[in-house]
Amino acid sequence: MSTSTTGDAILKLDGVSKTFGGLKALTDVSFALQPGEVVGLIGPNGAGKTTLVNVVTGNLRPSSGSILFEGKDVAAQKPHEAARRGLARTFQIVQPFPQMTVLENVTAGALFGGGAASVGDARDMARTSLDFVGLAPLADRPAAQLALAARKRLELAKSLAMNPKVLMLDEVNAGLNSSEIDGALALIRSIAERGVTVLIIEHLMKVVLSLSKRLLVLHHGQMIADGPSREIVADERVIEAYLGQKYAAKLKERHHG
Amino acid sequence: MKSGPLAYLLLAAGILVLATTPLYADNYVVRTAAIVAMYGALATSWNFIGGFTGYPSFSTAAFFGLGCYVGAICQRAGVPMIAAWLIATLMVGVFAALLGAIILRLRGHYFAIGSIAVVEVCRLVVSSWSSLTGGGDGLNLPLLHWPPEELMRFFLFVMLGILVLSLIATFLVDRARLGFGLRCIHQNEDAAAMVGIDTTRYKVAAYTLSAIFCAAAGAAYASWTGYIDPTESFQILMTVKVPVMAMLGGAGTLAGPFLGAAAFVLLEEVFWANFLDWNRAILGVVIVLLVFFLPGGLLSLHLRRRAKSGGAA
Ligand SMILES: Nc1ncnc2c1ncn2[C@@H]1O[C@H](COP(=O)(O)OP(=O)(O)O)[C@@H](O)[C@H]1O
Ligand SMILES: [Mg+2]
Repeated sequence: MSTSTTGDAILKLDGVSKTFGGLKALTDVSFALQPGEVVGLIGPNGAGKTTLVNVVTGNLRPSSGSILFEGKDVAAQKPHEAARRGLARTFQIVQPFPQMTVLENVTAGALFGGGAASVGDARDMARTSLDFVGLAPLADRPAAQLALAARKRLELAKSLAMNPKVLMLDEVNAGLNSSEIDGALALIRSIAERGVTVLIIEHLMKVVLSLSKRLLVLHHGQMIADGPSREIVADERVIEAYLGQKYAAKLKERHHG
Repeated sequence: MKSGPLAYLLLAAGILVLATTPLYADNYVVRTAAIVAMYGALATSWNFIGGFTGYPSFSTAAFFGLGCYVGAICQRAGVPMIAAWLIATLMVGVFAALLGAIILRLRGHYFAIGSIAVVEVCRLVVSSWSSLTGGGDGLNLPLLHWPPEELMRFFLFVMLGILVLSLIATFLVDRARLGFGLRCIHQNEDAAAMVGIDTTRYKVAAYTLSAIFCAAAGAAYASWTGYIDPTESFQILMTVKVPVMAMLGGAGTLAGPFLGAAAFVLLEEVFWANFLDWNRAILGVVIVLLVFFLPGGLLSLHLRRRAKSGGAA
Protein backbone atom coordinates (compact mmCIF):
# COMPACT_ATOMS: atom_id res chain seq x y z
CA MET A 1 0.00 0.00 0.00
CA SER A 2 1.46 3.34 -0.98
CA THR A 3 1.22 6.02 1.68
CA SER A 4 2.37 8.93 -0.42
CA THR A 5 -1.05 10.56 -0.42
CA THR A 6 -1.51 10.76 3.35
CA GLY A 7 -1.49 14.27 4.78
CA ASP A 8 0.50 13.93 7.99
CA ALA A 9 3.69 12.57 6.45
CA ILE A 10 6.84 13.67 8.24
CA LEU A 11 8.82 13.79 5.00
CA LYS A 12 7.25 14.13 1.58
CA LEU A 13 8.98 14.43 -1.77
CA ASP A 14 6.96 15.54 -4.75
CA GLY A 15 8.32 15.35 -8.28
CA VAL A 16 11.93 15.79 -7.24
CA SER A 17 14.50 15.82 -10.05
CA LYS A 18 18.22 16.43 -10.00
CA THR A 19 20.45 16.77 -13.03
CA PHE A 20 24.23 17.02 -13.12
CA GLY A 21 24.97 18.74 -16.42
CA GLY A 22 23.27 16.40 -18.85
CA LEU A 23 23.03 13.48 -16.45
CA LYS A 24 19.64 12.86 -14.88
CA ALA A 25 20.51 11.49 -11.44
CA LEU A 26 16.91 11.76 -10.18
CA THR A 27 13.78 12.01 -12.30
CA ASP A 28 10.43 12.99 -10.85
CA VAL A 29 10.84 11.14 -7.55
CA SER A 30 7.86 11.21 -5.18
CA PHE A 31 7.27 9.40 -1.91
CA ALA A 32 6.28 10.09 1.68
CA LEU A 33 7.43 8.75 5.03
CA GLN A 34 5.05 8.46 7.96
CA PRO A 35 6.32 9.24 11.47
CA GLY A 36 7.93 6.18 13.04
CA GLU A 37 8.11 4.24 9.81
CA VAL A 38 11.15 2.16 8.86
CA VAL A 39 11.53 2.16 5.10
CA GLY A 40 14.18 0.61 2.89
CA LEU A 41 15.46 2.39 -0.19
CA ILE A 42 17.17 0.03 -2.58
CA GLY A 43 18.61 0.28 -6.04
CA PRO A 44 21.72 -0.79 -7.93
CA ASN A 45 24.93 1.24 -7.78
CA GLY A 46 24.52 4.56 -9.54
CA ALA A 47 20.72 4.49 -9.16
CA GLY A 48 20.72 7.87 -7.42
CA LYS A 49 20.25 6.80 -3.79
CA THR A 50 23.01 8.97 -2.35
CA THR A 51 21.91 11.86 -4.54
CA LEU A 52 18.41 11.49 -3.08
CA VAL A 53 19.77 11.73 0.47
CA ASN A 54 21.92 14.72 -0.50
CA VAL A 55 18.91 16.50 -1.91
CA VAL A 56 16.83 15.86 1.22
CA THR A 57 19.55 17.07 3.61
CA GLY A 58 20.41 20.22 1.68
CA ASN A 59 23.81 19.01 0.47
CA LEU A 60 22.39 19.41 -3.06
CA ARG A 61 19.59 21.65 -4.34
CA PRO A 62 16.95 19.73 -6.32
CA SER A 63 16.64 20.93 -9.92
CA SER A 64 12.87 20.81 -9.51
CA GLY A 65 10.19 19.43 -7.22
CA SER A 66 9.33 20.03 -3.59
CA ILE A 67 10.53 18.50 -0.34
CA LEU A 68 8.24 18.89 2.65
CA PHE A 69 9.49 18.17 6.15
CA GLU A 70 6.73 18.36 8.75
CA GLY A 71 4.68 20.22 6.18
CA LYS A 72 7.31 22.87 5.47
CA ASP A 73 9.09 23.19 2.13
CA VAL A 74 12.77 22.65 2.87
CA ALA A 75 14.15 22.24 -0.66
CA ALA A 76 16.35 25.32 -0.25
CA GLN A 77 17.74 24.48 3.19
CA LYS A 78 21.44 24.25 4.06
CA PRO A 79 22.85 21.04 5.56
CA HIS A 80 23.16 22.54 9.03
CA GLU A 81 19.54 23.65 8.92
CA ALA A 82 18.47 20.14 8.01
CA ALA A 83 20.46 18.80 10.94
CA ARG A 84 18.87 21.22 13.39
CA ARG A 85 15.39 20.45 12.10
CA GLY A 86 15.88 16.79 12.90
CA LEU A 87 16.86 15.48 9.48
CA ALA A 88 20.01 13.49 10.20
CA ARG A 89 22.00 11.32 7.85
CA THR A 90 25.06 9.17 7.82
CA PHE A 91 27.47 9.30 4.94
CA GLN A 92 28.19 6.31 2.74
CA ILE A 93 31.85 7.11 3.22
CA VAL A 94 32.09 7.70 6.98
CA GLN A 95 32.94 11.26 7.93
CA PRO A 96 34.38 11.44 11.44
CA PHE A 97 36.40 14.30 12.90
CA PRO A 98 39.52 12.14 12.70
CA GLN A 99 41.75 13.70 15.35
CA MET A 100 38.99 14.17 17.88
CA THR A 101 38.12 11.42 20.30
CA VAL A 102 35.07 9.28 19.83
CA LEU A 103 33.40 11.17 22.68
CA GLU A 104 34.19 14.56 21.14
CA ASN A 105 32.79 13.42 17.81
CA VAL A 106 29.47 12.53 19.36
CA THR A 107 29.52 15.61 21.59
CA ALA A 108 29.61 17.71 18.41
CA GLY A 109 26.39 16.04 17.27
CA ALA A 110 24.67 16.70 20.61
CA LEU A 111 25.92 20.28 20.90
CA PHE A 112 25.10 21.59 17.44
CA GLY A 113 22.39 19.28 16.16
CA GLY A 114 20.87 18.01 19.40
CA GLY A 115 20.23 21.40 20.96
CA ALA A 116 22.38 20.84 24.07
CA ALA A 117 22.54 23.96 26.23
CA SER A 118 26.27 23.72 26.93
CA VAL A 119 29.35 21.73 26.03
CA GLY A 120 28.99 19.88 29.35
CA ASP A 121 25.37 18.90 28.66
CA ALA A 122 26.35 17.83 25.18
CA ARG A 123 29.05 15.57 26.61
CA ASP A 124 26.48 13.88 28.87
CA MET A 125 24.14 13.34 25.93
CA ALA A 126 27.07 11.96 23.96
CA ARG A 127 27.88 9.41 26.66
CA THR A 128 24.30 8.16 26.62
CA SER A 129 24.41 7.75 22.90
CA LEU A 130 27.79 5.99 23.03
CA ASP A 131 26.38 3.57 25.61
CA PHE A 132 23.45 2.94 23.32
CA VAL A 133 25.60 1.93 20.34
CA GLY A 134 28.11 0.07 22.52
CA LEU A 135 31.06 2.36 21.89
CA ALA A 136 31.48 3.60 25.46
CA PRO A 137 34.70 1.61 26.02
CA LEU A 138 36.31 3.41 23.07
CA ALA A 139 35.15 6.89 24.11
CA ASP A 140 38.64 8.34 24.53
CA ARG A 141 40.18 6.92 21.37
CA PRO A 142 40.87 9.21 18.43
CA ALA A 143 38.21 8.49 15.81
CA ALA A 144 40.87 7.84 13.16
CA GLN A 145 42.03 4.74 15.08
CA LEU A 146 38.69 2.93 14.87
CA ALA A 147 38.10 -0.05 12.60
CA LEU A 148 35.40 0.30 9.97
CA ALA A 149 32.59 -1.36 11.95
CA ALA A 150 33.27 0.88 14.95
CA ARG A 151 33.43 3.94 12.70
CA LYS A 152 29.99 3.13 11.35
CA ARG A 153 28.74 2.85 14.91
CA LEU A 154 30.32 6.17 15.64
CA GLU A 155 28.36 7.70 12.75
CA LEU A 156 25.20 6.23 14.25
CA ALA A 157 26.01 7.53 17.72
CA LYS A 158 26.73 10.97 16.30
CA SER A 159 23.43 11.09 14.43
CA LEU A 160 21.53 9.77 17.45
CA ALA A 161 23.00 12.46 19.68
CA MET A 162 21.37 14.94 17.31
CA ASN A 163 17.91 13.73 18.41
CA PRO A 164 16.78 13.20 14.84
CA LYS A 165 13.18 12.85 13.74
CA VAL A 166 14.19 11.30 10.45
CA LEU A 167 17.43 9.37 10.12
CA MET A 168 18.76 8.41 6.72
CA LEU A 169 21.38 5.70 6.74
CA ASP A 170 23.38 5.58 3.53
CA GLU A 171 24.79 2.07 3.19
CA VAL A 172 25.81 1.77 6.83
CA ASN A 173 26.33 -1.94 6.28
CA ALA A 174 28.62 -1.70 3.28
CA GLY A 175 32.02 -3.24 3.96
CA LEU A 176 30.93 -5.03 7.14
CA ASN A 177 31.09 -8.80 7.61
CA SER A 178 27.93 -10.73 8.35
CA SER A 179 28.23 -10.73 12.12
CA GLU A 180 28.95 -7.02 12.08
CA ILE A 181 25.91 -6.53 9.86
CA ASP A 182 23.77 -8.43 12.37
CA GLY A 183 25.01 -6.12 15.12
CA ALA A 184 24.30 -3.03 13.05
CA LEU A 185 20.82 -4.25 12.14
CA ALA A 186 19.98 -4.91 15.79
CA LEU A 187 21.13 -1.40 16.55
CA ILE A 188 19.05 0.13 13.77
CA ARG A 189 16.04 -1.81 15.04
CA SER A 190 16.46 -0.36 18.51
CA ILE A 191 16.82 3.13 17.04
CA ALA A 192 13.54 2.62 15.21
CA GLU A 193 11.92 1.44 18.44
CA ARG A 194 12.60 4.86 19.93
CA GLY A 195 10.19 6.26 17.37
CA VAL A 196 12.75 7.66 14.92
CA THR A 197 11.64 7.50 11.31
CA VAL A 198 14.36 5.57 9.50
CA LEU A 199 15.21 5.39 5.82
CA ILE A 200 17.74 2.64 5.23
CA ILE A 201 19.59 2.90 1.97
CA GLU A 202 21.18 -0.28 0.69
CA HIS A 203 22.14 -1.76 -2.60
CA LEU A 204 21.79 -5.27 -1.14
CA MET A 205 18.13 -6.15 -0.95
CA LYS A 206 18.29 -8.84 1.70
CA VAL A 207 19.80 -6.54 4.32
CA VAL A 208 16.77 -4.26 4.37
CA LEU A 209 14.17 -7.00 4.17
CA SER A 210 14.64 -7.99 7.78
CA LEU A 211 14.06 -4.41 8.93
CA SER A 212 11.48 -2.70 6.82
CA LYS A 213 7.99 -3.66 5.87
CA ARG A 214 8.04 -1.11 3.09
CA LEU A 215 10.53 -0.73 0.27
CA LEU A 216 11.27 1.99 -2.25
CA VAL A 217 13.17 1.02 -5.36
CA LEU A 218 15.23 3.49 -7.34
CA HIS A 219 16.55 2.62 -10.79
CA HIS A 220 18.28 5.03 -13.16
CA GLY A 221 17.03 7.87 -10.99
CA GLN A 222 13.40 6.81 -11.16
CA MET A 223 11.27 5.41 -8.37
CA ILE A 224 10.15 2.19 -10.01
CA ALA A 225 8.40 0.68 -7.00
CA ASP A 226 7.03 1.68 -3.59
CA GLY A 227 5.14 -0.80 -1.45
CA PRO A 228 5.20 -3.69 1.00
CA SER A 229 8.52 -5.53 0.94
CA ARG A 230 6.96 -8.93 0.13
CA GLU A 231 5.32 -7.58 -3.01
CA ILE A 232 8.35 -5.59 -4.07
CA VAL A 233 10.76 -8.51 -4.03
CA ALA A 234 8.42 -10.41 -6.34
CA ASP A 235 8.00 -7.42 -8.68
CA GLU A 236 9.28 -8.21 -12.16
CA ARG A 237 10.65 -4.77 -12.86
CA VAL A 238 12.60 -4.83 -9.62
CA ILE A 239 14.08 -8.23 -10.34
CA GLU A 240 14.97 -7.02 -13.80
CA ALA A 241 16.63 -3.91 -12.48
CA TYR A 242 18.67 -6.00 -10.12
CA LEU A 243 19.45 -9.14 -12.00
CA GLY A 244 19.13 -8.15 -15.62
CA GLN A 245 16.47 -9.09 -18.13
CA LYS A 246 17.80 -12.52 -19.07
CA TYR A 247 18.01 -13.73 -15.53
CA ALA A 248 14.56 -12.39 -14.72
CA ALA A 249 13.10 -14.29 -17.68
CA LYS A 250 14.79 -17.49 -16.53
CA LEU A 251 13.46 -17.02 -13.03
CA LYS A 252 9.96 -16.52 -14.39
CA GLU A 253 10.22 -19.67 -16.50
CA ARG A 254 11.22 -21.65 -13.48
CA HIS A 255 8.30 -20.27 -11.45
CA HIS A 256 5.77 -21.09 -14.11
CA GLY A 257 7.30 -24.37 -15.22
CA MET B 1 45.03 20.46 20.72
CA LYS B 2 45.51 21.64 24.29
CA SER B 3 48.38 23.64 25.73
CA GLY B 4 50.15 21.79 28.54
CA PRO B 5 51.18 23.31 31.90
CA LEU B 6 54.62 24.10 30.50
CA ALA B 7 53.05 26.25 27.80
CA TYR B 8 50.99 28.21 30.34
CA LEU B 9 54.08 28.69 32.48
CA LEU B 10 56.11 29.95 29.53
CA LEU B 11 53.25 32.22 28.53
CA ALA B 12 52.96 33.79 31.98
CA ALA B 13 56.74 34.10 32.29
CA GLY B 14 56.99 35.62 28.81
CA ILE B 15 54.40 38.29 29.52
CA LEU B 16 56.01 39.05 32.88
CA VAL B 17 59.44 39.45 31.30
CA LEU B 18 58.07 41.78 28.63
CA ALA B 19 56.13 43.87 31.14
CA THR B 20 59.12 44.36 33.43
CA THR B 21 61.68 45.36 30.77
CA PRO B 22 61.26 49.11 31.53
CA LEU B 23 62.50 48.44 35.09
CA TYR B 24 65.90 47.16 34.11
CA ALA B 25 66.55 47.46 30.39
CA ASP B 26 67.39 50.20 27.93
CA ASN B 27 65.07 51.69 25.35
CA TYR B 28 66.17 49.31 22.60
CA VAL B 29 65.15 46.30 24.69
CA VAL B 30 61.82 47.88 25.68
CA ARG B 31 61.16 48.58 22.00
CA THR B 32 61.93 44.95 21.15
CA ALA B 33 59.59 43.85 23.94
CA ALA B 34 56.81 45.99 22.45
CA ILE B 35 57.46 44.43 19.03
CA VAL B 36 57.32 40.94 20.57
CA ALA B 37 54.00 41.80 22.21
CA MET B 38 52.67 43.19 18.95
CA TYR B 39 53.64 40.16 16.90
CA GLY B 40 52.35 37.98 19.71
CA ALA B 41 48.96 39.67 19.36
CA LEU B 42 49.05 39.30 15.56
CA ALA B 43 49.94 35.60 15.75
CA THR B 44 47.35 34.95 18.46
CA SER B 45 44.75 36.63 16.22
CA TRP B 46 45.77 34.58 13.21
CA ASN B 47 45.27 31.49 15.35
CA PHE B 48 41.46 31.92 15.27
CA ILE B 49 41.25 31.37 11.53
CA GLY B 50 44.52 29.54 10.83
CA GLY B 51 44.91 27.45 13.98
CA PHE B 52 41.39 26.68 15.17
CA THR B 53 39.63 26.66 11.82
CA GLY B 54 42.50 25.44 9.64
CA TYR B 55 42.05 28.11 6.98
CA PRO B 56 45.52 29.27 5.84
CA SER B 57 44.88 33.00 6.00
CA PHE B 58 47.44 35.51 4.77
CA SER B 59 45.29 38.56 5.46
CA THR B 60 47.10 39.73 8.60
CA ALA B 61 48.86 42.66 6.91
CA ALA B 62 45.60 43.82 5.32
CA PHE B 63 43.91 44.10 8.71
CA PHE B 64 47.00 45.65 10.28
CA GLY B 65 47.41 48.15 7.45
CA LEU B 66 43.75 49.13 7.41
CA GLY B 67 43.95 49.53 11.18
CA CYS B 68 46.91 51.92 10.69
CA TYR B 69 45.02 53.99 8.15
CA VAL B 70 41.60 54.14 9.81
CA GLY B 71 43.28 55.08 13.10
CA ALA B 72 45.48 57.70 11.43
CA ILE B 73 42.64 59.25 9.45
CA CYS B 74 40.46 59.46 12.57
CA GLN B 75 43.23 61.01 14.61
CA ARG B 76 43.94 63.57 11.91
CA ALA B 77 40.25 64.43 11.96
CA GLY B 78 40.59 65.26 15.64
CA VAL B 79 39.31 62.03 17.19
CA PRO B 80 41.19 61.31 20.47
CA MET B 81 43.87 58.64 20.10
CA ILE B 82 42.24 55.78 22.00
CA ALA B 83 38.82 56.44 20.45
CA ALA B 84 40.54 56.32 17.04
CA TRP B 85 41.94 52.88 17.87
CA LEU B 86 38.51 51.64 18.87
CA ILE B 87 36.94 52.98 15.67
CA ALA B 88 39.70 51.32 13.62
CA THR B 89 39.10 48.00 15.40
CA LEU B 90 35.36 48.19 14.84
CA MET B 91 35.54 49.23 11.21
CA VAL B 92 38.13 46.63 10.26
CA GLY B 93 36.06 44.02 12.12
CA VAL B 94 33.02 44.89 9.99
CA PHE B 95 35.19 44.88 6.87
CA ALA B 96 36.55 41.41 7.75
CA ALA B 97 33.05 40.04 8.36
CA LEU B 98 31.83 41.28 4.97
CA LEU B 99 34.97 40.14 3.17
CA GLY B 100 34.95 36.80 4.98
CA ALA B 101 31.43 36.04 3.80
CA ILE B 102 32.88 36.17 0.27
CA ILE B 103 36.37 34.68 0.40
CA LEU B 104 35.62 31.96 2.96
CA ARG B 105 33.75 30.18 0.19
CA LEU B 106 37.21 29.29 -1.09
CA ARG B 107 39.05 26.40 0.48
CA GLY B 108 42.68 25.33 0.83
CA HIS B 109 45.16 26.88 -1.61
CA TYR B 110 42.46 28.98 -3.22
CA PHE B 111 41.62 30.58 0.10
CA ALA B 112 45.32 31.17 0.79
CA ILE B 113 45.76 32.96 -2.53
CA GLY B 114 42.53 34.91 -2.10
CA SER B 115 43.54 36.05 1.37
CA ILE B 116 46.98 37.23 0.22
CA ALA B 117 45.38 39.08 -2.70
CA VAL B 118 43.36 41.05 -0.14
CA VAL B 119 46.60 42.56 1.18
CA GLU B 120 47.67 43.72 -2.28
CA VAL B 121 44.23 45.06 -3.17
CA CYS B 122 44.07 47.03 0.09
CA ARG B 123 47.55 48.42 -0.50
CA LEU B 124 46.64 49.48 -4.04
CA VAL B 125 43.39 51.12 -2.99
CA VAL B 126 45.09 52.98 -0.15
CA SER B 127 47.96 54.20 -2.37
CA SER B 128 45.59 55.37 -5.10
CA TRP B 129 43.05 57.11 -2.90
CA SER B 130 45.35 60.06 -2.33
CA SER B 131 42.71 62.57 -1.24
CA LEU B 132 41.97 60.49 1.85
CA THR B 133 45.20 58.59 2.48
CA GLY B 134 47.90 60.86 1.12
CA GLY B 135 48.75 58.13 -1.43
CA GLY B 136 52.41 57.15 -1.65
CA ASP B 137 53.44 60.15 0.45
CA GLY B 138 51.87 58.60 3.50
CA LEU B 139 50.25 60.34 6.47
CA ASN B 140 51.62 62.12 9.52
CA LEU B 141 49.87 61.63 12.83
CA PRO B 142 49.62 64.09 15.70
CA LEU B 143 52.87 63.76 17.64
CA LEU B 144 52.90 62.72 21.27
CA HIS B 145 55.15 65.13 23.12
CA TRP B 146 56.32 62.72 25.77
CA PRO B 147 59.83 61.82 26.88
CA PRO B 148 61.14 58.85 24.80
CA GLU B 149 61.19 56.42 27.74
CA GLU B 150 57.64 57.26 28.68
CA LEU B 151 56.47 56.93 25.08
CA MET B 152 58.15 53.55 24.74
CA ARG B 153 56.73 52.30 28.03
CA PHE B 154 53.24 53.47 27.08
CA PHE B 155 53.26 51.60 23.78
CA LEU B 156 54.79 48.51 25.36
CA PHE B 157 51.79 48.37 27.69
CA VAL B 158 49.35 49.11 24.87
CA MET B 159 50.74 46.22 22.82
CA LEU B 160 50.77 43.97 25.89
CA GLY B 161 47.16 44.96 26.53
CA ILE B 162 46.13 43.98 23.01
CA LEU B 163 48.08 40.71 23.37
CA VAL B 164 46.37 39.89 26.67
CA LEU B 165 42.93 40.68 25.21
CA SER B 166 43.63 38.40 22.25
CA LEU B 167 44.72 35.64 24.65
CA ILE B 168 41.59 36.08 26.79
CA ALA B 169 39.46 35.89 23.64
CA THR B 170 41.29 32.71 22.64
CA PHE B 171 40.76 31.21 26.08
CA LEU B 172 37.03 31.96 25.99
CA VAL B 173 36.53 30.81 22.40
CA ASP B 174 38.44 27.60 23.07
CA ARG B 175 36.01 26.65 25.84
CA ALA B 176 32.85 27.77 24.08
CA ARG B 177 30.59 26.35 21.42
CA LEU B 178 32.39 28.54 18.87
CA GLY B 179 35.80 26.98 19.48
CA PHE B 180 34.40 23.48 19.38
CA GLY B 181 32.64 24.23 16.12
CA LEU B 182 35.76 25.76 14.58
CA ARG B 183 37.80 22.70 15.47
CA CYS B 184 35.14 20.51 13.87
CA ILE B 185 35.34 22.61 10.70
CA HIS B 186 39.12 22.20 10.75
CA GLN B 187 38.81 18.42 10.90
CA ASN B 188 36.03 17.92 8.37
CA GLU B 189 33.91 20.77 7.09
CA ASP B 190 31.21 18.59 5.50
CA ALA B 191 30.78 16.56 8.65
CA ALA B 192 30.64 19.81 10.63
CA ALA B 193 27.69 21.01 8.55
CA MET B 194 26.09 17.61 8.89
CA VAL B 195 26.04 17.82 12.70
CA GLY B 196 24.35 21.22 12.51
CA ILE B 197 27.20 23.74 12.52
CA ASP B 198 26.47 26.86 10.49
CA THR B 199 29.92 26.66 8.94
CA THR B 200 29.74 29.97 7.08
CA ARG B 201 28.78 31.94 10.19
CA TYR B 202 31.44 30.21 12.29
CA LYS B 203 34.18 30.83 9.73
CA VAL B 204 33.17 34.48 9.41
CA ALA B 205 33.33 34.80 13.21
CA ALA B 206 36.84 33.30 13.23
CA TYR B 207 38.01 35.53 10.38
CA THR B 208 36.59 38.60 12.14
CA LEU B 209 38.28 37.67 15.41
CA SER B 210 41.52 37.22 13.47
CA ALA B 211 41.12 40.79 12.17
CA ILE B 212 40.16 42.92 15.15
CA PHE B 213 43.32 42.54 17.23
CA CYS B 214 45.44 43.14 14.12
CA ALA B 215 43.51 46.32 13.47
CA ALA B 216 43.95 47.49 17.06
CA ALA B 217 47.67 46.76 16.88
CA GLY B 218 47.92 48.58 13.53
CA ALA B 219 46.14 51.67 14.81
CA ALA B 220 48.34 51.76 17.92
CA TYR B 221 51.45 51.22 15.80
CA ALA B 222 50.51 54.21 13.62
CA SER B 223 50.16 56.44 16.68
CA TRP B 224 53.45 55.10 18.00
CA THR B 225 55.53 55.77 14.87
CA GLY B 226 53.73 59.01 13.99
CA TYR B 227 53.95 58.35 10.27
CA ILE B 228 52.54 55.65 7.98
CA ASP B 229 52.77 54.86 4.29
CA PRO B 230 51.26 52.08 2.14
CA THR B 231 54.40 49.93 1.75
CA GLU B 232 55.14 49.96 5.48
CA SER B 233 51.53 49.30 6.47
CA PHE B 234 50.70 46.49 4.04
CA GLN B 235 53.78 44.25 4.08
CA ILE B 236 53.64 40.88 2.38
CA LEU B 237 56.55 39.91 4.62
CA MET B 238 54.40 40.51 7.72
CA THR B 239 51.53 38.51 6.27
CA VAL B 240 53.84 35.52 5.78
CA LYS B 241 55.79 35.94 9.02
CA VAL B 242 52.78 35.91 11.32
CA PRO B 243 51.45 32.46 10.33
CA VAL B 244 55.01 31.13 10.49
CA MET B 245 55.30 32.44 14.05
CA ALA B 246 52.02 30.82 15.06
CA MET B 247 53.04 27.50 13.52
CA LEU B 248 56.48 27.74 15.06
CA GLY B 249 54.92 27.86 18.52
CA GLY B 250 52.01 25.55 17.75
CA ALA B 251 48.93 26.54 15.77
CA GLY B 252 45.63 25.86 17.47
CA THR B 253 47.05 26.13 21.00
CA LEU B 254 46.52 29.01 23.42
CA ALA B 255 50.16 29.80 24.20
CA GLY B 256 51.85 28.60 21.00
CA PRO B 257 51.39 31.61 18.71
CA PHE B 258 52.73 34.08 21.30
CA LEU B 259 55.70 31.86 22.14
CA GLY B 260 56.42 31.36 18.44
CA ALA B 261 56.28 35.11 17.88
CA ALA B 262 58.66 35.71 20.78
CA ALA B 263 61.12 33.10 19.54
CA PHE B 264 60.92 34.44 16.00
CA VAL B 265 61.37 38.13 16.87
CA LEU B 266 64.30 37.37 19.17
CA LEU B 267 65.96 35.20 16.51
CA GLU B 268 65.34 37.91 13.98
CA GLU B 269 66.83 40.60 16.21
CA VAL B 270 69.98 38.51 16.62
CA PHE B 271 70.28 37.78 12.93
CA TRP B 272 69.13 41.20 11.84
CA ALA B 273 71.97 42.78 13.73
CA ASN B 274 74.59 40.29 12.60
CA PHE B 275 73.55 38.94 9.24
CA LEU B 276 71.51 41.66 7.60
CA ASP B 277 71.59 40.08 4.13
CA TRP B 278 70.55 36.69 5.36
CA ASN B 279 67.31 37.68 6.98
CA ARG B 280 64.92 36.43 4.31
CA ALA B 281 66.98 33.34 3.63
CA ILE B 282 66.67 32.49 7.31
CA LEU B 283 62.90 33.02 7.21
CA GLY B 284 62.79 30.63 4.26
CA VAL B 285 64.81 28.01 6.10
CA VAL B 286 62.57 28.33 9.17
CA ILE B 287 59.48 27.79 6.99
CA VAL B 288 60.96 24.71 5.31
CA LEU B 289 62.06 23.20 8.62
CA LEU B 290 58.62 23.85 10.10
CA VAL B 291 56.71 22.29 7.26
CA PHE B 292 58.86 19.19 7.10
CA PHE B 293 59.90 18.51 10.67
CA LEU B 294 57.65 20.34 13.08
CA PRO B 295 54.10 20.54 11.81
CA GLY B 296 52.85 20.80 15.42
CA GLY B 297 55.26 23.62 16.39
CA LEU B 298 58.00 23.83 19.02
CA LEU B 299 55.66 22.96 21.88
CA SER B 300 54.85 19.65 20.21
CA LEU B 301 58.49 18.64 20.72
CA HIS B 302 57.91 18.68 24.44
CA LEU B 303 54.54 16.94 24.13
CA ARG B 304 55.99 14.30 21.85
CA ARG B 305 58.77 13.53 24.25
CA ARG B 306 56.25 13.30 27.07
CA ALA B 307 54.03 10.98 25.05
CA LYS B 308 57.03 8.78 24.30
CA SER B 309 58.19 8.50 27.89
CA GLY B 310 54.55 8.03 28.99
CA GLY B 311 54.16 5.17 26.52
CA ALA B 312 57.35 3.47 27.73
CA ALA B 313 56.40 3.69 31.39
N1 LIG C 1 28.15 15.58 -7.51
C1 LIG C 1 27.93 14.87 -8.64
N2 LIG C 1 28.28 15.39 -9.83
C2 LIG C 1 28.04 14.69 -10.97
N3 LIG C 1 27.47 13.49 -11.03
C3 LIG C 1 27.10 12.93 -9.87
C4 LIG C 1 27.31 13.59 -8.61
N4 LIG C 1 26.83 12.79 -7.61
C5 LIG C 1 26.35 11.70 -8.22
N5 LIG C 1 26.50 11.77 -9.57
C6 LIG C 1 26.04 10.78 -10.55
O1 LIG C 1 24.67 10.54 -10.29
C7 LIG C 1 24.37 9.17 -10.44
C8 LIG C 1 23.78 8.62 -9.15
O2 LIG C 1 24.80 8.55 -8.18
P1 LIG C 1 24.54 8.16 -6.66
O3 LIG C 1 23.42 8.98 -6.16
O4 LIG C 1 25.82 8.24 -5.95
O5 LIG C 1 24.09 6.64 -6.81
P2 LIG C 1 23.97 5.51 -5.69
O6 LIG C 1 24.15 6.13 -4.36
O7 LIG C 1 22.60 4.95 -5.90
O8 LIG C 1 25.02 4.51 -6.00
C9 LIG C 1 25.67 8.46 -10.84
O9 LIG C 1 25.67 8.34 -12.24
C10 LIG C 1 26.72 9.44 -10.38
O10 LIG C 1 27.87 9.33 -11.17
MG1 LIG D 1 25.47 5.74 -2.87
